[in-house]
Amino acid sequence: MGSRASSLLREEDIEEIKKETGFSHSQITRLYSRFHSLDKGENGALSREDFQRIPELAINPLGDRIINAFFPEGEDQVNFRGFMRTLAHFRPVEDNEKNKDPNAGEPLNSRTNKLLFAFRLYDLDRDDKISRDELLQVLRMMVGVNISDEQLGSIADRTIQEADTNGDMCISFSEFIKVLEKVDVEQKMSIRFLH
Amino acid sequence: MDSYLFPFDNLLCMLLGISFTVWITLLLVFIIVPAIFGLSFGIRRLYMKTLLKIFEWATLRMERGAREKNQHLYKPYSNGIIAKEPASLEQEIQEMRRSGQGGEPEFDMSDIFYFCRRGVESIVDDEVTKRFTAEELESWNLLTRSNYNFNHVSARLTVLWGLGVLIRYGLLLPLRVTLAFTGVGLLVVLTSIIGLLPNGRMKNLLSQKAHLMCYRICVRALTAIITYHDSENKPKNGGICVANHTSPIDVIILASDGCYAMVGQVHGGLMGVIQRSMVKACPHIWFERSEVKDRHLVAKRLSDHVADQTKLPILIFPEGTCINNTSVMMFKKGSFEIGCTVYPVAIKYDPRFGDAFWNSSKFGMVNYLLHMMSSWAIVCSVWYLPPMRREEDEDAVQFANRVKAAIARKGGLVDLLWDGGLKREKVKDVFKEEQQRLYSKVLVGGGSEDRSRS
Repeated sequence: MGSRASSLLREEDIEEIKKETGFSHSQITRLYSRFHSLDKGENGALSREDFQRIPELAINPLGDRIINAFFPEGEDQVNFRGFMRTLAHFRPVEDNEKNKDPNAGEPLNSRTNKLLFAFRLYDLDRDDKISRDELLQVLRMMVGVNISDEQLGSIADRTIQEADTNGDMCISFSEFIKVLEKVDVEQKMSIRFLH
Repeated sequence: MDSYLFPFDNLLCMLLGISFTVWITLLLVFIIVPAIFGLSFGIRRLYMKTLLKIFEWATLRMERGAREKNQHLYKPYSNGIIAKEPASLEQEIQEMRRSGQGGEPEFDMSDIFYFCRRGVESIVDDEVTKRFTAEELESWNLLTRSNYNFNHVSARLTVLWGLGVLIRYGLLLPLRVTLAFTGVGLLVVLTSIIGLLPNGRMKNLLSQKAHLMCYRICVRALTAIITYHDSENKPKNGGICVANHTSPIDVIILASDGCYAMVGQVHGGLMGVIQRSMVKACPHIWFERSEVKDRHLVAKRLSDHVADQTKLPILIFPEGTCINNTSVMMFKKGSFEIGCTVYPVAIKYDPRFGDAFWNSSKFGMVNYLLHMMSSWAIVCSVWYLPPMRREEDEDAVQFANRVKAAIARKGGLVDLLWDGGLKREKVKDVFKEEQQRLYSKVLVGGGSEDRSRS
């Protein structure tokens, strides 16, 4: 019965979201239906509990960090615009060729923005640097109790050593981009949305 | 003044009397008598075909209306919103690493992409949460509760819809409620009477006939059009019948074609009355609320019942909760530990005529029954699968999964490992720990490879 919600989304809103994110009309209505079905409180916004109710997300080791990425600084609710803006990062890059607007800023799903999304998963305190502590914390989330502190520490040290070029023992965003320059980010951080 | 009213009054009474008699006669001839003998006039199937044609027409009109306004019609795609790749954690991460630098480091900052993408994919479309809401339909079936395109409904369609409402609530609903009361009332009365007889073959025979008759009346009370397949595999005494669970109606559907011993908790109120009278005629298994927690007690009572060959096969729904009939979720292993023959049954409802799924977190039982009785019809198919026994090298969980896979395959449902209890509860931490363990293996495994090489 949640799909009735498609009639609550106005055409103007759909157009605005289309321009901002690049999703097609039918994709937006389908995602709105999904948004509505997750919104158990039916108040037009999702809370962290609504996300945690998804079992496959709850068992993801980085589930909490991903959920956090949807919520702007200091907020507890995300509305549909915010939801779509975050999901837009995962649109495949090829789709951009269809609506090339030279005046528009960088699209949300560009390589740089995808890398920024991943960078923010590591950067827990949002200070634009990944410190050794932050890296350790994220590593601990991913491996659970299966690796000892010393081993994890040496993994973290090695990673920072390889990436850090300016010697501040932290990984900045540009250093992050450099480390991953050979990785096919566009493909790894894209979801195939059906039309 | 009086003389004016008097003839009208008389006329009115006469008309009411006649229509009432006609009504009851029609009811008796077309519904109750066939129910007693298990016959069918084929009226319901004709009704079904007519309805389908009307639904298709309705959807075409809506599409036309949408095209005229140059707008899009909301269409649910059964393929999903996104296309997922079913690769495992190890595969994906190894793949990512190979495409990166030459020498394999223990940890790569790009490993996070895998978890990130999987996480967002599950936010957009996951396998579990969509099983607990009613299935979406391709064409509109003139029920408000399944309409997603309000603004494309033209005037003609609205009239048709209005007519539908009148027929469903004015004609069908009272008819069905009458039948339901008749069926339930007869069940209570007949089983109580039969309960007075001494135990023996006569009693069993009469009890079976009485149960079948009353369930058939209830089937007609829902206008359920059921197709039974492979009846040669019907459950026999001394076995357990397992089926996928979509709604409480499953019981009525199965019990109108065969006799089963029911299992359940003792309820109060009307349900309690029905339960108490049913158990007088033939042995059913009702548990007190406190006994349900004691797994050993439950298992013992079930085994005792099954060991007695004169008793009817037990009917159990191992999922433990209602699922929306697009998938089969984890079977609880309790019934599979008993060690007798299991007769699997697959039930698949056709959602076009009325969704049978009971969303117990959203609707109560009365609300649900009202929905059921004001739908067009309940159309479903029942497949009796060949009996299965537990093999020597299988444990109860593996056996349960084997039965579940067979049911899912026959009914055309998705076979899921997830627990139906996730409808209300959080997922257990052990699954997350499993994911963490797998990833650690990739990290540490890659490391030892490195060391051996250098």
